[in-house]
Amino acid sequence: MLRLDSVSRYFGDHHVLDRISLTVPDGQLLCVVGPSGCGKSTLLRAVAGLLPAQRGTITVDGTPVTGVPDRLAVVFQEYGRSLLPWLTVRDNVALPLRRRGLGRAARREAAEAILDRVGLPGAARRRPRELSGGMQQRVAIARALVCRPSLLLMDEPFGSLDARTREDLEDLLLEVHRDEGTTIVFVTHDIDESVYLGDRVVVLSPGPGSRIVRDLPVGLPAERDQIATRGLPGFVALRTEVGRAVRGDR
Amino acid sequence: MSAEAGRGRSAVPFLLRWSVLLLAAGVWEAAARARGSVYFPPPLRIARHAYGLWFSGPPGHLFLTGAAVATVLPSLGRMAAGFGLAAVAGTALGIAVGRSRRAYALCNPVLQFARAVPPPALVPVFVVVFDFGTPMQVASIGFSAVWPVLVDTAEGARATDPLRLEVAAVLRLTAAERLWFLILPSALPRIFAGLRLSLSLSLILMVFSELLPGSDNGIGFTLTDAQTRSDLLTVWAALLLVGALGYLLNTGLLAAERRLAGRGRAA
Repeated sequence: MLRLDSVSRYFGDHHVLDRISLTVPDGQLLCVVGPSGCGKSTLLRAVAGLLPAQRGTITVDGTPVTGVPDRLAVVFQEYGRSLLPWLTVRDNVALPLRRRGLGRAARREAAEAILDRVGLPGAARRRPRELSGGMQQRVAIARALVCRPSLLLMDEPFGSLDARTREDLEDLLLEVHRDEGTTIVFVTHDIDESVYLGDRVVVLSPGPGSRIVRDLPVGLPAERDQIATRGLPGFVALRTEVGRAVRGDR
Repeated sequence: MSAEAGRGRSAVPFLLRWSVLLLAAGVWEAAARARGSVYFPPPLRIARHAYGLWFSGPPGHLFLTGAAVATVLPSLGRMAAGFGLAAVAGTALGIAVGRSRRAYALCNPVLQFARAVPPPALVPVFVVVFDFGTPMQVASIGFSAVWPVLVDTAEGARATDPLRLEVAAVLRLTAAERLWFLILPSALPRIFAGLRLSLSLSLILMVFSELLPGSDNGIGFTLTDAQTRSDLLTVWAALLLVGALGYLLNTGLLAAERRLAGRGRAA
């Protein structure tokens, strides 16, 4: 379980997050939506232990976050920068397995299995730059999943992909979430995406000093479909509500 | 790939690429013959002289004569020692300086100053410390060549993508893994840019340190020795040899870089 208790962040004089309190139960897929520059990424980095502690406490499974928590993985938006171009796809994915004390053969086998899982069989020996953006982000997702994280943080992971690729990856994420039961915090500025993916949507107000302005359960059927789900009255109503909240309308 | 082709293959075909050099050599040959000066022998004569001196040996010795081995080997040995020390120390210190913001702030003025001092001006200092001989020569080469690779490595290590450092933190890489899989490969182009500068400085210092009294072998010594004997042909031949050596060494370094950059490290 992930718990944020009155978390505030400042960068110098700039007030980014204002007393964010949030509890994410195990296995939930939480979408965090907000306008650009509202501190969504800062929130994610704070949970990942990448920012020095300031006000408030963050705990993962009861342990306060001081460094990068165990069994946590992050997928960033900039797949091109997040993958290491001098390593093959397989070695990129196998990198976090080194500290597990697995031998090279076992690491490679695990990497290839997870690459299969994300729909990239046969890409193991290629370099990230030889792949399309969508495929590169699949590699980054594979690298995040290879250690079987219990908490997966995603920072606008599909923001720079074309519509069709994004839909495919959204469905891949839903599939992984259903199969593995991983707790996922998914940050996006795309309102439709947040409602389509989430079990729950949290809306942040624009900065400075972002707060949680809405916390909405998504009551849609668990089985989602890119066309059918988006046409459901419940989907449309929720999208409208989230959209209003993001724009700051009452 | 097109980027690969652009870097690997030249825009002009092989023969054309060498044509300017051949033209320059041709003009030199013609001018030298026309003047007939003893101080400026035509390049063909120099080449024939160099061939007779150094490259007419048995095939088993790669056509090198005993004189070539006795001249080039000590020079190359000193240069390899000096350049090797500079490369290892410069890369290691450069990474350390580049990865610590405090170390960088403290060391940067010193580095810029050290780099600005013309290296040959330091040789007298090493003569005092080590006296004449190989240790002085190696120290001169190493101390001169260390700065470019140190400064460039520091800049390269400093410029490591902050997002990639976050990725390394999230993947919980150890310090050694982070160095090997992230920082060194990121800095590699800058490291090699520094190494190329260091290499050409090594060559300069190698010749310069051998020009000083107390040397009794090496290319620099051959140069001064021939000059005192007014053997201008050998002086010119030694100059050609230094040029060819510099060209070959730089080509070797470029090949090493291409290999390292192209090859991935296995995780």
